[in-house]
Amino acid sequence: MWSDLPLWPDQASTSAAQVDALYLFLIGLTIFLTALICGLVTFFAVRYRRRGPGDPVPEAIEGNTRLEILWTVIPFCIVMGLFVWSAALYVHLSRPPDGAMQVNVVGKRWMWKLQHLNGRREINELHVPAGSAVELTLTSEDVIHSFYVPAFRVKADVVPGRYTSMWFRATRPGTYHLFCAEYCGTKHSGMGGSVIVMEPAAFQAWLGGDTGESLVEAGTRLFGELGCATCHVDAAADSPSRGPKLAGLWGSEVTLHGGGTVTADEAYVRESILDPTAKITEGYPGVMPTFRGLMNEEQMLQLIAYVKSRGVAESAPPARKEAAQ
Amino acid sequence: MNRPHAEPALDYITAQYGVRSWLLTRDHKRIALLYLASVTAMFVLGGLFAVLIRLELLTPAGDLMQAETYNKVFTMHGIMMVFFFLIPGIPAVLGNFLVPLMVGAKDLAFPRLNLLSWYLYTIAGAFTLYAIVVGGVDTGWTFYTPYSTSWSTSNVIPVAFGIFIAGFSSILTGLNFIVTIHTMRAPGLTWFRLPLFIWAQYATSIIIMLGTPVLAITIVMLGLERGLHIGIFDPALGGDPVLFQHFFWFYSHPAVYIMILPAMGVMSELISTFSRKPVFGYPFVACSSLAIALLGFFVWGHHMFTSSQSVYAGLVFSILSFLVAIPSAVKVFNWTATLYKGSIRFDTPMLYAFGFIGLFTIGGLTGLFLACTGLDIHVHDTYFIVAHFHYIMVGGTIMAYLGGLHFWWPKITGKLYPEGWGRLSALIVFAGFNLTFFPQFVVGYLGMPRRYHAYPPEFQVLNVMSSAGASILGVGYLIPLVYFIWSMRYGRDAAANPWGATGLEWQTTSPPPTENFETVPVVTTHAYDYHAQAARERAAAAGGAGGGGGAA
Amino acid sequence: MTPTSATSHQGEPHAHQFVDAAQQAHAATLGMWAFLITEILFFGGLLTAYAVYRWMYPEAWADASSELDLGLGAFNTAVLIGSSLTMALAVHGAQTGSRREQISMLLMTILLGGVFLGVKVVEYSQKFEHHLVPGAHFRFPGAEAPHAELFFGMYFGLTGLHAAHMIVGLGLLLWLLAGALRGRWTPDYATPVENVGLYWHFVDIVWIFLFPLLYLVHRH
Repeated sequence: MWSDLPLWPDQASTSAAQVDALYLFLIGLTIFLTALICGLVTFFAVRYRRRGPGDPVPEAIEGNTRLEILWTVIPFCIVMGLFVWSAALYVHLSRPPDGAMQVNVVGKRWMWKLQHLNGRREINELHVPAGSAVELTLTSEDVIHSFYVPAFRVKADVVPGRYTSMWFRATRPGTYHLFCAEYCGTKHSGMGGSVIVMEPAAFQAWLGGDTGESLVEAGTRLFGELGCATCHVDAAADSPSRGPKLAGLWGSEVTLHGGGTVTADEAYVRESILDPTAKITEGYPGVMPTFRGLMNEEQMLQLIAYVKSRGVAESAPPARKEAAQ
Repeated sequence: MNRPHAEPALDYITAQYGVRSWLLTRDHKRIALLYLASVTAMFVLGGLFAVLIRLELLTPAGDLMQAETYNKVFTMHGIMMVFFFLIPGIPAVLGNFLVPLMVGAKDLAFPRLNLLSWYLYTIAGAFTLYAIVVGGVDTGWTFYTPYSTSWSTSNVIPVAFGIFIAGFSSILTGLNFIVTIHTMRAPGLTWFRLPLFIWAQYATSIIIMLGTPVLAITIVMLGLERGLHIGIFDPALGGDPVLFQHFFWFYSHPAVYIMILPAMGVMSELISTFSRKPVFGYPFVACSSLAIALLGFFVWGHHMFTSSQSVYAGLVFSILSFLVAIPSAVKVFNWTATLYKGSIRFDTPMLYAFGFIGLFTIGGLTGLFLACTGLDIHVHDTYFIVAHFHYIMVGGTIMAYLGGLHFWWPKITGKLYPEGWGRLSALIVFAGFNLTFFPQFVVGYLGMPRRYHAYPPEFQVLNVMSSAGASILGVGYLIPLVYFIWSMRYGRDAAANPWGATGLEWQTTSPPPTENFETVPVVTTHAYDYHAQAARERAAAAGGAGGGGGAA
Repeated sequence: MTPTSATSHQGEPHAHQFVDAAQQAHAATLGMWAFLITEILFFGGLLTAYAVYRWMYPEAWADASSELDLGLGAFNTAVLIGSSLTMALAVHGAQTGSRREQISMLLMTILLGGVFLGVKVVEYSQKFEHHLVPGAHFRFPGAEAPHAELFFGMYFGLTGLHAAHMIVGLGLLLWLLAGALRGRWTPDYATPVENVGLYWHFVDIVWIFLFPLLYLVHRH
């Protein structure tokens, strides 16, 4: 019967055991302190109960400074220890490993649209291989949602107008709940699905089937269809180009009009497409029109994949998606 | 001591009759009773919404009501309980009644502002009720953008406006308390002779004054955005939806300290009285209230660890959130030490106090779980959070509120409530509470998100336990409602000081006269001097029937 | 026995809840200061939103700010500072018992406050004509239009909130004037004048922040 009443979800990622360890320690601490306080209260209440109206007024004990210091310093040390432990875990959870498998996620009321790099798309389901790190890039088309996989112990809000990210490394094949964890309207509780962890070989087989265009192919197509190639002429290094060349752009430091630099990452590319005059590259006239309203979030991600595919700058650090704030 | 019955003495209740004398009163004690009526009505409404929530969650499918209706029900449960019950609750009912009495004054500094604050509260409540009747609001009590500004089709603006007005009611109460405590203390009543309830109200009032205006301006921006689509929170127009969260939580986190600090003040009075000893470590308990008020303004980001704020911000908010736990722990240790070598009685108020210690300890320690960023990521927006804050707000604040109501009931009404029923309800509340909310910790860690109308079947057993507990908890709340009203007519008359408590409020009649004291009290001892109180009782008994009530 | 406030009766020195007139004055002044602190937080919230978006969109902020009428804004600043001077003199009149100074200076303050609001009406109607009011009819040249709309949202929010506070202030000044005409403000009872003076100075200081933040953003 107790297996039917679990106290924690399956541990299906490398982080899950780490999070559970901290959780169990805190449970132990809570039980210990609660038992201590409740025990003392019960003991004192019984031991010092008033026997009758004739009981004398107790001696007025004002306090004990040494005790005050003791029970301030000890909790301080405990919580600082907790802080260090949880901070290390948190930093680990926010740093995806290099070479993680990329998946794009777009949340919209009330479904999840996912796309693997090679073009394989999913709705409300995410297939991942066991043992490999997977990094999700997430955005929303409408309101704030949150992508939550309890078995992996990870969650990230999905915010319109920006990219958020999370990563995990699944360990155990199986099917696990995917929930939306930020209230988003009528069908919030129906906005769920599954994460399906497969053995690596099975995953490769699944990935190869029914892909359609890869992200880069779709992005290349859009680049032509939307007329981007008119100004961003990349044919050769010295061909005249009204707009900045995209070869080697990804991850580089771009010098802007009026000084200042910015790293060419997802947020920069997105902003340059929607709001071209916000950051004008030095040496260019700043005549790019806005493409707001001409594409949806998935197409935006495909164009970003295209820009990435035009080559990473040689000395560029791996692009980190520090959320804008 | 009561006067000899040569003629019936006029107290604040019998001083004047008629609805006008109540609705146009400037007497802080009558205003406290007006608040008691409105606040109780709001609590009952909020409780009805809670009943609907727990009924729906008995089954995994969303079969009791439509999703839209459920979303409105949990939103309105939150709004009624937070803005119209927990935030005003203890300050407006117990604080209004007791602050002038405890400092030895005839009334608060600004009696007409006090009455205005009640009218603002009631008008705000009426506004919010109207919005509920004409269709309700479904944004969650947190009103996150862009859902609340660009997507919800419910009555966001009327409800937001109601909360806006209620905020001003709160500010006026806080302002009144601060000025009264600073300027109107009786002769000899220095700061470190004040009852700890006053210290708690003072710290709460500071939070109210500094935090509530930010909520007000946030609501203004919400309304402007929803009405005019300026773009403050709309990413398509260059706005930042997460900025709303920063503004909202800048108030709403300190707001939870507005909800708990007055309860902690009540706790100090109860523990001391029913142990017949001064609160252990008085200066530390007093200063811990101020420390909580100060630190509480710097931790709002712990509601936003998964919101895409930067890792650095997360670390800063995490460490500060750990620090704000320490003054609360200090209080619990000091209350426990107060029991040591005390003379302890188990009257109803003390039973609620004991319940508070246990439940607040658990609730507060689960706060440590949430300050751990790495762990919070998993439990954020799940029932773990719901359980945590209900342990503090229901297991903490409401227990203290009930304990305080029972404790001061004889002073407020001049009547005794039935003690046997009181103790029984306290036990029912404690049992019902734990059965309702403990399973929610478990189901939350298992991954059940909050605000879910329907859920996967494996979470059902825990939800059924929770709903069963809620029915018991409801009974526990209904019983006092009945016997308190009963006691106002049929209860035994109360003496001036049935508990043998210290505090200036106990040195006047039960109920007090309109002007509170026959002569201005002069204070010569510290707050919890039971030896002096015993001496007073002996002197009064020796003086026979001629002893009168009055100064310390 | 509903207690009546002594402030509505001449001759009684203080309201019943206070021990003496000195306590009453102390409480009233502390109350006004406490209230002004809440106002700092209130305006501060909106100014924080302003600061966030100015940091994000400096060019739009500069462009939009250029649309404001610097002359009228500067004139209004001088008017308001002048009204703080006349207010201070009215307080002086109350503290020294000079009814003439009280009445004349209160009238001047009211007049100057009215001029300020009149100029704001002119400015607002100009904005309306130029389609700079945020909402359905907002129009701004260039790609920065949405961010300029944010600026104007802040402009109307901040100056509108300020103007509402000025209107309340004018009401309080009229009440003071009525009292002055009846000789209520004396050296023994100048607290209401002093406290309204505090409020008026606060409203002035808010404007002194708003003027450069709204009108002087990188003017070109």
